[in-house]
Amino acid sequence: MALMQNLTKLLIARIDEYLDAISEGMIVFQQGLEDYLGNRMTDFEERMAMVDQYESRADKLRREIENQLYSHSLIPEMRGDVLGLLEHLDNIIDVAKETLTQFSIEVPDIPMELVEDFTKLGESSVKAGEELVNAARAFFRELSRVKDHIHKVYFYEKETDRITSNLRMKIFRRDMKLSRKMHLRDVAVHVAKISDEAENVADRLSIYTIKRSI
Amino acid sequence: MLLFFLSSGLFLGWSLGANDAANVFGTAVGSRMIRFKTAAIICGIFVIIGAVAGGSGTSETLRKLGAVSALSGAFTVALSAALSIFVMVRVKLPVSTSQAIVGAIIGWNLFADKPTDTSTLIKIIGTWIICPILAGMIAAVLYIIVRFLVNRSRLHLLRQDQLTRYGLIIVGAFGAYSLGANNIANVVGVFIPSSPLHSLVLPILGTFSPAQQLFLIGGISIAVGVATYSKGVMETVGSSVVKLSPLAALIVVMAEATVLFVFASKGLDSFLISHGLPPIPLVPISSSQAAIGALVGIGLVRGGKGIHYSLLGKISLGWVATPIMASIITFIALFFMQNVFNQTVIAPEKATVEIQLKEPGKVKTTDTLTQSKKKSASQSHNDFHIFPQKYRSHPIIKVIPNSFNHLMNVKRLNKETVCPGFFCLLHGLFVRKTG
Repeated sequence: MALMQNLTKLLIARIDEYLDAISEGMIVFQQGLEDYLGNRMTDFEERMAMVDQYESRADKLRREIENQLYSHSLIPEMRGDVLGLLEHLDNIIDVAKETLTQFSIEVPDIPMELVEDFTKLGESSVKAGEELVNAARAFFRELSRVKDHIHKVYFYEKETDRITSNLRMKIFRRDMKLSRKMHLRDVAVHVAKISDEAENVADRLSIYTIKRSI
Repeated sequence: MLLFFLSSGLFLGWSLGANDAANVFGTAVGSRMIRFKTAAIICGIFVIIGAVAGGSGTSETLRKLGAVSALSGAFTVALSAALSIFVMVRVKLPVSTSQAIVGAIIGWNLFADKPTDTSTLIKIIGTWIICPILAGMIAAVLYIIVRFLVNRSRLHLLRQDQLTRYGLIIVGAFGAYSLGANNIANVVGVFIPSSPLHSLVLPILGTFSPAQQLFLIGGISIAVGVATYSKGVMETVGSSVVKLSPLAALIVVMAEATVLFVFASKGLDSFLISHGLPPIPLVPISSSQAAIGALVGIGLVRGGKGIHYSLLGKISLGWVATPIMASIITFIALFFMQNVFNQTVIAPEKATVEIQLKEPGKVKTTDTLTQSKKKSASQSHNDFHIFPQKYRSHPIIKVIPNSFNHLMNVKRLNKETVCPGFFCLLHGLFVRKTG
């Protein structure tokens, strides 16, 4: 019984650490994007390395949680859902890492007039991700609050789509080479991908929430 | 010999353990919340404790319905109950051991030409109807309370899982105890009136009555059924028949266990009587029907979607069809047992001699009714000789072999008792027939 108690405590701590890693990764991603847009490349590289660390840590924690849940047959009826949730949450930080890597490798040339739009796009996309992490926390601790956070995820995803559309319009209405336009569009879509992933996970979480209610 | 005759009851016990343990631990085991080994050990231990400690109430009710007086008769009754369960299962109708055994006892009453106590029968049928309704009401109330608490408590999913596991073990133990206390009457209840066992005085446990010894044997047979054959049933119940969350399963088991306990607890019955409240009928009920009632209760709180109301109709049909089927099978089986296998399925009526010494000259104070039932020892002795001739014209099923009874009663009367001279000196020498 004491073993079970300790194991439960340990796993609760691990799940919290995992969600913290995702949440912090989102914040650092946004800082990294702002550093890039502000042309602070040393800080940007530093942030990119941090996001990479958060992503690795999240992966490690996820595997540990999965192993413990299966080896001790914990939450048998919800295990599949919980593992699905954790794996899809991991996709968000993966996308954040990939986006920063894309900035680092491709070094997109963003015109000064579009910096504010890219900043807003990053903020909105990250907010969707953060609300998703809050929804996941509520799923584990306070089921009745999940809806509130999911509703915000959907809101920020729509907002991100709106900003992306405006940004693409601005990009393609500018006098630039088509290749540059396409590159900027591609970068914008990649930044917005975080909110798209958040929306996908939120859809799953809504179903998991219904299943979890007794 | 006793064990041979008990075998039909033990078979009933084994099948009860194999099937009904799933109502207590099915979801917990099927959903892998508790390992089968843990569930089987807990279930086995608590079923035996429940049977020995609390099995007397429901057995008493069955005895009132009909006291099967011969061991081979009890064997046939239990066997017929088992057979009727088999037939009902084959025709895919919901069946309960309680209903089968009640029907079988009525079949014995019909065969032995004994009156069936209608008030007891009405009490039993009424309880069968109330049982799922009560279980549903308890489950609905519990569900609302638990849902409120879970939503307000902010328990982590893993902590909730941990508490649910403990809850399933505790409530499962309670359910197993209640199952043993309530359903043991179905297993060995019919053997109690004809049991040849004697009271045992054990050093620490105290007196162990013949009924308790039978309950222990019956309880062990249920435990063996749980250990040997319930795993598959539990896994089927837990994983495919009804998808329940472990917390909802906990509520269902709690409601079911409470109903089984309420209709088996002599202590609760005495408590209510002592406080001027109406007594609770102590009746063996169906744990499966209690579980279905609890599930419907939860389903109604959730909005009533997904409830198969046709199943409720089938259950009602079972209340009538199972006892009738069991009665018919028992009647036929008793006929064959008596006439083909030459077994005494109805014990000869015993006449016991009650000797009361009255002070000379003192006026008898016994009331008229008692006096009418009492006869002198000599008159009674003569009756034993007349008895067979009296019933010679009756159909074969009504003829009671009297020689054994007569011999027994003659043995009980000592030399002085049968001697008329001495008899005249005694004032209160009465004979009372007992059923």
